[in-house]
Amino acid sequence: MSMKLTATEIEVAEILEKDARLTNDELAKMMNLSVDQIHQMVKKLEDEKVIVRYVSLVDWTKIDGHQGVTAMIDVKVTPKRDVGFNDVAERIYRHKEVKSVYLMSGTYDLSVQVEGQSVNEVAHFVSQKLSTIDGVISTTTHFVLKKFKHDGTVYDSDDRDKRIVVSP
Amino acid sequence: MPIKTSYLAKHVRTLKPSGIRKFFDATAGMTDVISLGVGEPDFVTPWNVREAAILSLEDGYTSYTANAGLLELREAIAKYVDDYYCVSYDPEHEVTVTVGASEAIDIALRAILDPGDEVLVVEPCFVSYAPLVTLAGGVPVIVESKKENDFKVQPEQLENAVTERTKAIMICSPNNPTGSMLSKIEMERIAEVAKKHDLLILSDEIYAELVYDELYTSFAAIDGMKDQTILVSGFSKDLAMTGWRLGFVCAPRDISQGMLKIHQYAIMCASTMAQHAGLEGLRNGRSDMADMRKSYRQRRNYIVQSLNEMGLPCYKPEGAFYTFPSIEATGMNSETFATRLLQEERVVVVPGNAFGDSGEGHVRCSYATSMSQLQEAMKRMRRFVEKL
Repeated sequence: MSMKLTATEIEVAEILEKDARLTNDELAKMMNLSVDQIHQMVKKLEDEKVIVRYVSLVDWTKIDGHQGVTAMIDVKVTPKRDVGFNDVAERIYRHKEVKSVYLMSGTYDLSVQVEGQSVNEVAHFVSQKLSTIDGVISTTTHFVLKKFKHDGTVYDSDDRDKRIVVSP
Repeated sequence: MPIKTSYLAKHVRTLKPSGIRKFFDATAGMTDVISLGVGEPDFVTPWNVREAAILSLEDGYTSYTANAGLLELREAIAKYVDDYYCVSYDPEHEVTVTVGASEAIDIALRAILDPGDEVLVVEPCFVSYAPLVTLAGGVPVIVESKKENDFKVQPEQLENAVTERTKAIMICSPNNPTGSMLSKIEMERIAEVAKKHDLLILSDEIYAELVYDELYTSFAAIDGMKDQTILVSGFSKDLAMTGWRLGFVCAPRDISQGMLKIHQYAIMCASTMAQHAGLEGLRNGRSDMADMRKSYRQRRNYIVQSLNEMGLPCYKPEGAFYTFPSIEATGMNSETFATRLLQEERVVVVPGNAFGDSGEGHVRCSYATSMSQLQEAMKRMRRFVEKL
C-alpha cells in the first residue's frame, strides 16, 4: 500500500533516512519550516509507518566476541492457494534469527538473511527450523565473509576531508 | 655594471598577494579545526565521472587533444548550454575547453584588452578578477555591490563608472563570496547599460547549476546580448571537479578565435583525461548534480537561520555555497573577527575584505561542508559571539 506525500515530506524522510539524529529544530532550519510544522510532519511519517524505525548501523566486527556470522539463504517454496508466498514468508520471519526476508524473481523464491553466533548455530537453524517449514522445498546457504558496504554506507571508508583548509 | 634589484617585472612586484593565503598559513599545525573557508564542494567527483577518466587512461588516450578541446566535449557543452540556458553556440568555432574557469577568464581578458582599457569589476568578487585585468594590461575599475541592495550591483552604478576606455563589465552571478544572484530583470537592466555603451559582459557563470529558489538565466540568453557576452563556466562546482581543472568559455566567433590563439600558445589544450571525465559528467551527471543541489539547499537554509539567530545578520543567498554574514555588530573588522574566531574556537571563515574593500564588515562562510561539521561550527560561532 503506497500513498502520495508532498515533496517536502519526502525530503524530510530522505534526510532522516541518512541521519536520524537530527533534531526537529535542525530539520526545521534545513527545510525552512517551523519546528511545529516539522513535528507534525515527522509524526505523520511515523504514524503512517513511512518511517518504520530509526536505526544505527553498527559494525559488530569491531567488537571482540560479537563478530557473529551472517548467512544469505536462497529458499525455494511451494506457494499456497490464496495466500501465495505470504504464509511461508511469515513462518520464516517469525524466527528472531531471521533478519530479513525478500520475495525474489529468478531461480529461487525467498531470500532469507540469518544471523547467529557461529556457523554451527546457523547450520542448526537451517536444518532444524527453516528446511522443516511446510512448503519449503530446498535451501542453499551462503555465508557472508566480509561486509564492505551496507545500506549505502561503506564500512571503512576513507572519508577524511582532503581539501585544503582555505581556498578562494 | 648596474645591479638589478629584482628581476621581477614591476607590475608583478606591485601585485597584491591574495588575502586568503594568510589564513591558510595561520591554520598550519592546528588540530580540531572546522573550515568554512573552503571554496569548493565537499563532495568527491561522482564515481562514473572518475571512472571515465580511468577508462580513458586504460584505453591510451594520453596525447594532446585539439587546442579547443575534444570536439565531442565541445558538442556536449554546446548542447548543454542550449538545453539549459537556451543559447546556441557553434561547437566548432565558439566553444573552448579551458583549464578551469580561471583560465577562461584570463584568456578572455587578454583577448579583449588593449593597454589602458578599463574593465568594470563588480566587487565583492572572486579574488582573481582585478589582478587578471591588470596582468592583461587593463585597468580594473571597481564597482561595489552594496549590502543594502542584497549585493546586487545597480545599473546606475555601472553607468556612472563608464568612461570612453571602458571595454567590459565583469560579473559573477550567483556570486562568490556573497551567494547573491541577479534576477532576469536585473540582468536586463545591466544589459541596457552594456548595449548603450557597446560593452562586453564577461559573465562568470560557474555557479549556474547551484541555484536554489528560482530558475537561472544566463547573461548570453538576455535578449540581444549573445554577441556582447563571454560566457565562462566549468565543471568544478556543479560536478565537484575542482581538482581536475576543467572549464569552458563560449563567445562570439571572432572573440572565441582570438581567445583560442592565446590558449593554444599558453596552454595547448586542457588535460585529456579531465576532458573525458567532463564528457561523462555532461552526459550522465544530472542526477548527481540534483542530489548535491538538494543537499546544499538544506545546508544553506540551516546556516542562514543559525547565523541570523546568533546575531550575525545574513542575506539569504539564492545560489553558490557561500553565506556572507555581517559582523559589524561585533565591532570588529573582518580580519580581526576571522583571526579571533580561528584562535578561540578553531573555526575558519574568510574575511570579507579578501574579496574587495566592499566585503569589509562581512565574513564568507562556505556551507560546502557536512551537516555534522556545520552543526559544530554553528555551535562554536554562537559561543564566540555570545562571549564578546
